[in-house]
Amino acid sequence: MMQLLRPVLILVRKDILLEWRSRDLVVSMLVFSLLIVVVFNFALNVTPQRVTVLAPGIIWVTFAFAATLAMNRSFVREMEQGGLAGLLLSPVSRDAIFLGKALSSFLFMLLVEAALLPIFGALLNFPVLSFTLVLTIVMATLGFALVGTLFSAIAVQTRSREIMLPVLFFPVILPVIIAAVEASSASIGSEPGVGLNRWLPLLAIFDALFLVICPWVFAVVVEE
Amino acid sequence: MLGNGVRQNITGYLVVLSGLFMLADLYLIFVVAPTDAVLGHVQRVFYFHVPIAIMSFLAFFLVFLASIAYVVRRDGKWDRLAHSCAEVGVVFVTVALLTGIIWGRPLWNTWWTWEPRLTTTLILWLIYVSYLMIRSHASNQQQAARYSAVVGIVGFVDVPIVYYSVVWWRSIHPSPVVGPFAQANALEPIMLWILLFSMVTFLLLFAYLVAERTALRNSEDRLRGIRLVARRAGR
Repeated sequence: MMQLLRPVLILVRKDILLEWRSRDLVVSMLVFSLLIVVVFNFALNVTPQRVTVLAPGIIWVTFAFAATLAMNRSFVREMEQGGLAGLLLSPVSRDAIFLGKALSSFLFMLLVEAALLPIFGALLNFPVLSFTLVLTIVMATLGFALVGTLFSAIAVQTRSREIMLPVLFFPVILPVIIAAVEASSASIGSEPGVGLNRWLPLLAIFDALFLVICPWVFAVVVEE
Repeated sequence: MLGNGVRQNITGYLVVLSGLFMLADLYLIFVVAPTDAVLGHVQRVFYFHVPIAIMSFLAFFLVFLASIAYVVRRDGKWDRLAHSCAEVGVVFVTVALLTGIIWGRPLWNTWWTWEPRLTTTLILWLIYVSYLMIRSHASNQQQAARYSAVVGIVGFVDVPIVYYSVVWWRSIHPSPVVGPFAQANALEPIMLWILLFSMVTFLLLFAYLVAERTALRNSEDRLRGIRLVARRAGR
């Protein structure tokens, strides 16, 4: 266990250090997300009467777009100076590399979402402090990070990687978006119970399934 | 696997057999089958729609199995099979969606509804179009084989989750579709037999197309090999 965990933590530390020095990813995700919210506000005319209906959709479209932004960068960074080749040559299991990359993307996305949530609450006027909502965000973001890291590793090696990532990512991630939107609207709306007993288990199943499958197929992706 | 001669023979039999079946099937559908009392002639699209949709699901299941086999065995024949099934499957699922839209209009009075089966079929279409895209965007054949195998596995595992999430979503957002045909109505025995015959016909067609496509992939691969050798010799 320790043997797997140590390289994962080293990788995450490296990614956090890189991000701390440049800050380009988190800042660009934040700015991009705010722009989307502004566009949505005028595209959908979010009034106080309709906010409980519209807010979950706006939140999750924004988070999903921000996630593709993070995933696009995740392996591009490794490619720039031949970092991926170095990683693969190092005496570390492929599982550890996958989990390290997924975990660091997961943390960046959570950070951005944590910053965005109060802004959403203020701009769109809805209560954001709810246990269900936070749990939904954590679980859905884990799903984004797992599937996104896998497809990012594929897309980065192909021509036109900016197109390939969303094309691969969105169809597979659709159940997560459905579950997250429904769980969020249950927690923003009047009956929080509905979201807990149906959508959160669905998210948990999705996460568990892809936590098993993704590291396995990741080894196939990066072998050269 | 099979020798080249034997495989060509099988493809030859399949094309004749599926051709004959298709003629008989068309006769059954357009002449023998009774006209639906309520829907009229448009109901006949059902004999195409249902078998084609089922064959496309079969195709993607085969892609899934062949992708796993490729990942485990690393034998190019599994990649060729997966690729062929995916291409034929995308054609079939496209036809299934289009015939479904044609059929949905008189049946439900709308072209499209976000019902679990329809939505899952659309997502299937998207996943396997991205499967074909990743193949054409990969930088070499090896890469195309590995990446598409990953998409073939992950995409198929995702399908039941998509289906159930839309079923549950549906239970919260009920369908606006109301009408006498919102529930599947019982089929006449003769209609059921024709449907079964049509199923066999399209299974044969599917098998023929996959066999032909795999043979084509073999030729493509061999040609690529020859070209590579020729280029090296010329240098």
